Amino acid sequence: MNVLYFAWVRQKIGHSEETIAHTPELRTVGDLANMLAARGGGYGEAFADRKRLRAAVNQIHAGFDAAIAAGDEIAFFPPVTGG
Amino acid sequence: MSTNIHLQVEDFDVAEEIDALTREQPAAIGAVATFTGYVRSDDGLTALTLEHYPGMTEREIGRIAAAAEKRWPLSGVTIIHRVGRLKVGERIVLVAVASSHRAAAFAACEFLMDYLKTKAPFWKQEERGGDAHWVEAKTSDDAAAERWRKS
Repeated sequence: MNVLYFAWVRQKIGHSEETIAHTPELRTVGDLANMLAARGGGYGEAFADRKRLRAAVNQIHAGFDAAIAAGDEIAFFPPVTGG
Repeated sequence: MSTNIHLQVEDFDVAEEIDALTREQPAAIGAVATFTGYVRSDDGLTALTLEHYPGMTEREIGRIAAAAEKRWPLSGVTIIHRVGRLKVGERIVLVAVASSHRAAAFAACEFLMDYLKTKAPFWKQEERGGDAHWVEAKTSDDAAAERWRKS
């Protein structure tokens, strides 16, 4: 899976993109968020409060209960502030 | 309907964009409504940096434009959103909507702007003095988009 980070999520984690192998335990966006949070450090900070985070799967807004699979593009970011 | 979506670093010319939009179907268009957003100097703000999600941002704006087209009889839509660093007074965003009548053009323009604010993946970082911080999303923007779901 290709995992992308934007805005302060990217800044806390320290990079904008990484490849993470899909495993059977990673069923949903939330499972991936938990796995990343458990890395601690900048990841721990970025994923500390899920209410402040939004996600997308394959470039479509998705909830933390959305299913994920090998080959997906998954993004984590703050609520959007354009316009 | 013609849909023109541009994400760009460069500034845009509103009059030129209106001309381009109306040139395509001159016989059908009776009204063009536009909205232009600018960088405002709030509490000593000097500049904004806009980040986006290349690929998703274009797709999401395309989906929002398609939703507007379903709702109103539109001849054309142009949406330009700038990215990168913008100083106070600079233009950020343009929404231009062409229709046969003004009511549809006004309503669709406002609808597009409300959804751009809440759905399109853009993030603003504000600069004040030497500090930079990320803008928090506003619940008032969510409420503005939400009201279109009821009517």
